[in-house]
Amino acid sequence: MYDLRCESVIKRFGNFTAVNGVSFGVPAGSFFSILGPSGCGKTTLMRMIAGFEHPDAGDILLKENSVLNLAPNKRNVKMVFQHLALFPMMNVGENIAYGLRCRGDAKAGIGEKVRAVLDRVGLPGVEDKQISQLSGGQKQRIAIARCMVLEPDVLLLDEPLGALDLKLREHMKIELKQLQHQFETTFLYITHDQSEALVMSDNVAVMNAGRFEQIGPPRELYDNPVSGFVAGFVGDTNRWEGRIDRLVDGTARVALNGGGSVLAKTGANSLREASAVEVFVRPEAVAIGRGNDGATLSGRVDSLLFNGANSRILVRTETGKLVEVADTSGATGFNEGDPIDIHWHADRALCFARDAA
Amino acid sequence: MKRANRSPFLNAVYATYIVIFFLYLIAPLLAAGVFAFNDSLFPSLPWQGFTLDWFFNDTEPKLGMFHDERLLRGLGNSLYIGVIVSALSVAAGTCNAFLFVRRDFPFKNALYVLMVVPLVIPGVILGISILVFASMIANGIDQGLGINLTWLRPGIPLIVLGQFSFLTTITSLVIAARLEKFDMALEEAALNLGANRLRVLTTITLPFLVPALFSAFVVAFLVSFENFNTTLMLVGSDAPLTITMYDRMVKVGSTPVLNAVSVFLMLGSGLLALLSVIVQRDRT
Amino acid sequence: MRSDTGKLSLILLMAPFALWIVLLIALPQFGIGYVSLREKVGPGEYELGFANYTAFLGEPIYWNTLLRTAWMSILVTFLALVVGFPVAYYIAKIARKRARAGLFLLCLIPLWVSDLVRAFGWIVLLRETGIVSSSLQWMGVISGPVELLYNDITVIIGLVYTVVLFMIVPLVSTLDGMDDAMLEAGYNLGGSRFTVFRRIIVPYAMPGLVAGCIITFMLTAGSYLTPILLGGKNSSWFTEQIYNQFITRYNWEAGATFGVLLLAFTSLVVWVGLRLTGQSLATTVAKE
Repeated sequence: MYDLRCESVIKRFGNFTAVNGVSFGVPAGSFFSILGPSGCGKTTLMRMIAGFEHPDAGDILLKENSVLNLAPNKRNVKMVFQHLALFPMMNVGENIAYGLRCRGDAKAGIGEKVRAVLDRVGLPGVEDKQISQLSGGQKQRIAIARCMVLEPDVLLLDEPLGALDLKLREHMKIELKQLQHQFETTFLYITHDQSEALVMSDNVAVMNAGRFEQIGPPRELYDNPVSGFVAGFVGDTNRWEGRIDRLVDGTARVALNGGGSVLAKTGANSLREASAVEVFVRPEAVAIGRGNDGATLSGRVDSLLFNGANSRILVRTETGKLVEVADTSGATGFNEGDPIDIHWHADRALCFARDAA
Repeated sequence: MKRANRSPFLNAVYATYIVIFFLYLIAPLLAAGVFAFNDSLFPSLPWQGFTLDWFFNDTEPKLGMFHDERLLRGLGNSLYIGVIVSALSVAAGTCNAFLFVRRDFPFKNALYVLMVVPLVIPGVILGISILVFASMIANGIDQGLGINLTWLRPGIPLIVLGQFSFLTTITSLVIAARLEKFDMALEEAALNLGANRLRVLTTITLPFLVPALFSAFVVAFLVSFENFNTTLMLVGSDAPLTITMYDRMVKVGSTPVLNAVSVFLMLGSGLLALLSVIVQRDRT
Repeated sequence: MRSDTGKLSLILLMAPFALWIVLLIALPQFGIGYVSLREKVGPGEYELGFANYTAFLGEPIYWNTLLRTAWMSILVTFLALVVGFPVAYYIAKIARKRARAGLFLLCLIPLWVSDLVRAFGWIVLLRETGIVSSSLQWMGVISGPVELLYNDITVIIGLVYTVVLFMIVPLVSTLDGMDDAMLEAGYNLGGSRFTVFRRIIVPYAMPGLVAGCIITFMLTAGSYLTPILLGGKNSSWFTEQIYNQFITRYNWEAGATFGVLLLAFTSLVVWVGLRLTGQSLATTVAKE
């Protein structure tokens, strides 16, 4: 059963189509992310689900009931805003009780519910604090508590980590995931940060220019992207442009622009010989040393980028291309300028038709 | 840093100039204030000793302001007019602020200029134009229907309308400035949490505007209280304090009771202005 | 349904604004315009025409008063700018943080005191038996009492006093927003004090300067109390003429004509001022 379903939703602003025929379903109790660059229409989509915008076509269903004709204050989806939108004129307790009061809950029960939800987000006893007295992470949790106390069908989160500094953001990713488990509520999370989407989600939809390019579990998006956009947007990758020389059983030999050629698996699309393509290879798919004939590139170490487990070696190939190579140990003993050979299995390189743009 | 660019001599000249300027600013207020406490029948030197008679004495010739029937009536009228006109102009100003900050409509820029225009119409002109227009309507109704609408003749209702006509510009600008700083996400968040429009307005938006509403009210009240030019043209038998004072000044000449009223006005408006500054500072 | 309620609420919001502007601003202005074109030919009989305007032009006292009001208002505006700019600059840029707020507040206090009280203060200071005269006698500078009221210089001093704050306040707000680094860059690039002032400070302060000048000019030309109380019977201020026609002589036609002329004149000056400086009413006056 789906908690939230969108069917061919379309939204236009004048001549600009912000959301162009989007359909998806969010299974009950799951963490679903919409990942896309800014301006791709993800915020518009979320605002339609919350009821602040009205779609031009399509349907939005909550628990399989259409909510198109429900005003925003009648929909049982709650939203954590980008800058949280905690009410500065109220203290923490009043912020959380706001929705309960609007709903007309009995006064007696409200205090108890506020206390309980504060316990669950790990901030017991802060009812009387002012919003300005809270830290960034605490505000985050209060914003979630304010929604969760109303037991929504779906919780919408609009890039809520964007305003936090890096360290706190990393921490909050894990905490959000735990909160979602704890409340067992369906989360719909919007972000432009692929690592947030990959870490937390059960399913991720990659959105581009008003459309969903691909929906799937994070691993599937990462390993089997269906388009060049997804391959380039999700995770780190090397990307080169070229043209297919020869095509045998779904494996293409691609002549790269600027010289050299590589083997790559074609995506599930209709590529032909002489098609213009982009080749994507993840840094961790590139191994150091000589491999099978045809897939080895020689070059020199251009620079070493140390970042702990995410360290990289930048290799400048003989044809002048820069290749990012994962260096998990960070201790391969190379120095800048050293000659180096790299190779990868043809299966680990993917090629997609180059976008017209 | 800039100081380093100047010679000490120029610095001293500049500082002296500033001191002289503030002396110039304060001198007449001081002069008006000090003689309220001089035990003399005229507000002039020599100093005859300190007294509070000009405030509290209840017999002629030194009738204090708090026992002067006409001044007290003027004060009462001023308060009455001030409260009504401030309330009205704050209400209208709030509507205007929402209109120009939140809504889009044709000719918005032109209408915005229209909203500002009353500030650049001389007060005397506002006064006579409203006097003339009200009289034209009143005459028309009188001749056509035989009903005499006294409130369209000079008097407190016309004073209220006259002051309202330019105070609304001021209150609109003050309130709009605050409303522009409002984060729309707060309203959406409240809607999302289940509040209806009215509830959003009363629990989120208006509380946010309260400091601006308050200071708009105070500004409107003070400007109304001290207004002379517009009021002069519209005044009937119930004169507000400034008109009463002016009459006294022209007919009786200056007497220390006017100094006493001046002190009272300075203290009152000073306190109100201070209050509005404090409220603004607290809440922002 | 959505757009219907939207329209309804727009109309409701628009209503107070429309009533206010139409009934209290626009129609009354047309009203005095109409009355000014009305010519009394007999008891209760009127004809439309420009007779009131020709009467105005035919009477030198009237148009001399208007011209006098005009040039004195311009002079007062100019003086207020000259007197006020250094003070505004001092408050915004030179005074230390804490002094700044205090000085600014000090500037605002007279703003909240009635014109009447301020004019009264000047009377107490300057009249024959006033403080200045007595002090000068006591010091032996002059032998007998001296009347310092009822002359043009006093009127101008009083007017500048009344309006200078409206010049300083907008100037302080704009100068306050100016980044000190801009000035330092100006000096750093070799500008003299005068070029920095002319090329950097003045253009930056222009919106505040224009706003200050407009309000100052308007308040001066429309002022009533100060010229009459400080200038006495022969102050010949134009608003006094309007008052006399309306209230004393009950000649509304002539009074309305004078009103239209004053409004046309001040609007013209404001418009020319805005034109010359490339500003608009919405960007200057509205910012206060």
